[in-house]
Amino acid sequence: MRTLIFRTITPYLSSLMMLYSIFVTLRGHNEPGGGFIGGLIAASALAIYGIACGVSPVRRAIHFHPMAISGFGLLVAAIAGMMSILVGVPFMTGLWWSPVIFGVEVKLSTPMLFDIGVYLVVLGSITSITLALEEREHD
Amino acid sequence: MDLTLAAFFAPFLAALAAPALVQSMRHHAAWVLAIVPALMFIHFAGFLPEISAGERITGGYAWVPSLNVTFSWLIDGLSLTFALLISGIGTLVVLYSGGYMKDHPMLGRFMSFILMFMGAMQGLVLSDSFFMFFVFWELTSITSFLLIGFKHEAERSRRAAMQALVVTGLGGLIMLAGLIFIWNITGVSSFSLLLSTGDLVRESPFYLAALILILGGAFTKSAQFPLHFWLPNAMEAPTPVSAYLHSATMVKAGVYLLMRTNPVLGETVAWETILPLFGGTTLLVGTLLAVRQSDLKLMLAYTTVASLGLLVMLTGFGSEKAIEGAVLYLVAHSLFKGCLFMVAGNVDHEAGTRDVTKLGGLMALMPVTFAAAMLAALSMGGLPPFAGFLAKEEIYYGIAKGDSWSMLVTAVAILGNALMFVIGFAVAIKPFMGKAVETPKHAHEAPVLMLAGPVVLAGMGLIAALFSGVFHTLISSPMASAVAGEPLTITISVIPHPGLALTLSLVTIALGVVLFLSLARLRAVMTALLDAIGWGPDKGFDQALAGLVVGATNLTRTLQNGRMEVYMTATFILLATLLLSVMAWFDEWPAMPAFPVLYIYEWAIVLIAAIGIIAVVLANNRLTAIVALGIQGFAVALLFMLMGAPDLSFTQFMVETLSVVILALAMTRLRLSPQDHRSRSQTLLDGSVGVACGTAFTMIMLGVLQSDFDPYLTTFFNEYSYTVAHGRNIVNVILVDFRGIDTFGEIGVVMVAGLAILALVRIIAKPAPSLRPHVPVTGTED
Repeated sequence: MRTLIFRTITPYLSSLMMLYSIFVTLRGHNEPGGGFIGGLIAASALAIYGIACGVSPVRRAIHFHPMAISGFGLLVAAIAGMMSILVGVPFMTGLWWSPVIFGVEVKLSTPMLFDIGVYLVVLGSITSITLALEEREHD
Repeated sequence: MDLTLAAFFAPFLAALAAPALVQSMRHHAAWVLAIVPALMFIHFAGFLPEISAGERITGGYAWVPSLNVTFSWLIDGLSLTFALLISGIGTLVVLYSGGYMKDHPMLGRFMSFILMFMGAMQGLVLSDSFFMFFVFWELTSITSFLLIGFKHEAERSRRAAMQALVVTGLGGLIMLAGLIFIWNITGVSSFSLLLSTGDLVRESPFYLAALILILGGAFTKSAQFPLHFWLPNAMEAPTPVSAYLHSATMVKAGVYLLMRTNPVLGETVAWETILPLFGGTTLLVGTLLAVRQSDLKLMLAYTTVASLGLLVMLTGFGSEKAIEGAVLYLVAHSLFKGCLFMVAGNVDHEAGTRDVTKLGGLMALMPVTFAAAMLAALSMGGLPPFAGFLAKEEIYYGIAKGDSWSMLVTAVAILGNALMFVIGFAVAIKPFMGKAVETPKHAHEAPVLMLAGPVVLAGMGLIAALFSGVFHTLISSPMASAVAGEPLTITISVIPHPGLALTLSLVTIALGVVLFLSLARLRAVMTALLDAIGWGPDKGFDQALAGLVVGATNLTRTLQNGRMEVYMTATFILLATLLLSVMAWFDEWPAMPAFPVLYIYEWAIVLIAAIGIIAVVLANNRLTAIVALGIQGFAVALLFMLMGAPDLSFTQFMVETLSVVILALAMTRLRLSPQDHRSRSQTLLDGSVGVACGTAFTMIMLGVLQSDFDPYLTTFFNEYSYTVAHGRNIVNVILVDFRGIDTFGEIGVVMVAGLAILALVRIIAKPAPSLRPHVPVTGTED
């Protein structure tokens, strides 16, 4: 699998896929996309990177253990749900905040935060599986 | 602050403090800890005037208001007498434990357990709500487990503790079912309301079911034959525990339940047949087994079984006098049996053995213990002027009648009482009188902490009888009234009245004396008899338990045989059967759909999917099959895209990609052989299961699409997705907002599944641990 062409092109391909996964996640509220699909794209990006260049570079690149990323995602999703307590509305009620930064209105919301949590959980869980499968005893 | 509520929690708080107190004060902590039950006793004694005036006190708080569960108590003659016995004897037992376990390193833990049990037992008898009653009932089983297993280094203790927990815990669950039956019949879930429902339960068609379930709880807790075996085994516990739990209080919880429900469940043919039958059998079996023993504690334990049988028999006999007899006997029994257990503990502690054949002549060395033992034995034997005499007289008044049933019950009672007389005196006389025998320890009188209990209890048995008027007014009459459900007045006193009852008492005593003199022969006969039988419920318990373990092992091995192909085949066969049989059952096969009109490029994509499938089937290499499956998946994703489901298509693409990657990786990782080795018949079976599943899913999809489509949700989400949730992508808005909690659960599942797969991948194949069934040790007691 580790052909020269594949190995050379994969870092660029994976980076693009990562960027694209973030884009897909963030636009998900209005256009096709969302955290789940985004997470799958990001997981594929890392899987391809792993196949091409080995598991260690991937582990170095993402720095945290993939399962930790997954756990953090679950925490983020839970926090997104619990923000509603601060304003005294039921659990998971969507809250919206639209600050204007440099003259552009940015729509922030707890559903978006929740979607980021979903993204991280999917990314982390699948990556940990693929990396474990790609890993050889001698790596 | 309500003092009664405080009394509920006081023992538990004391249990928390006990280890620290013992740490700093050693066994002197007993004096401090005994204050708690003493205060409880004083608090409850304060209710005596009101209760004896015929009042009933209830109180409580809402506990789980949404389920209509309350934390409420009911204080009447019955529960008050029990509360006084629990706190009164509890005070003495705490003191006694301080002396008995003086230098035990775990004294603090022991005190803590005893106090916890006290709290549980107290809660049980004072509970008004069924659920609270059940919670405390199980709590007594759990604390009893802790206390029986206190000497946890010994295998026999552990076995006895487990056995008691299994039997009484099971009984508790059965009882809960019975209480729920009663709740459904009457619509009330507290005893105070239940008592005023009259004949409602008795006339219900579910009466018998409720009765049997309630009896299941009562009989296990109160050790009725054939479930009596756990109680003698529970003698593995330190002696204070035997004195407190297994004679004076906990084992009477079953009797308490029967007495409590007597006004609503009693006075029926079933009640008046089952209770005397089991009670009478238990009485005889208990006394006969007691005769066979030579260990002081075991002799007492079996007479406790017998006494519980007597109480059950009397409660179910159905006459007012019998109930009065039961009430008097219950109080008298708690006093003399508690005392005798403590005496046995003193002898064991000071002389180093409690085998009655190795003891003798301790009278001079332990005069106070001997005096207490004699007083208690006189009460147990039913001699005046002791509480036991009052009880025995009242019992004979109650049951001696002309009909054959009563005569049978009376005969059983006489024989049982005579044998209890024998055991009582065997415990009180054999170790103390006769020739002095060399004992393992040089015996001397027990310390004051260990004398307070026996002396006070023995003295109470005398005082209650001498001042029987006061005793009846304050204790026994209100209690009997509560049990009978109507006002009763007990008048019996120590002055013997010539009559049938006195004659029967004399017969009992005469029989007792005769049997006492031939005790050694009787013991030999019983031992020979039991050896001849060679099987008992205790052994049966082991066999049942071992059978359960073996059965469970075999079942697990059959169902969970560890072969993936079997699991998958079973799952898919079940799936296909389920889907097809439902459609066949309701005869709702979908109609043949109209031939689709598609563009040429759409046909091309369908063709690609079909080619993918054919390639999967024909592939002779696993990797090829995986990739071919991916082709089919991508084709379907394209179709989704063309049919206007971009989100679905998007996800399908990603899932297909990752599936191919992961499957290929798993294959290389697991070093599967590249070829498929299935035999032709196996391939045929798997193929037909696959085709059946595919057909079933196609059918159900067609069926769903052909049914009327309810556009409610579509309209709803179209309308509100942007206005309420600020999102135009309805699929995503549903996922993260409208059904966010579902998604939250799902990502939790994703993560746990990831963890599980990670663990599986990392497992280095090891030989599986053997599934040999664990066979518990076998006891030697009956």
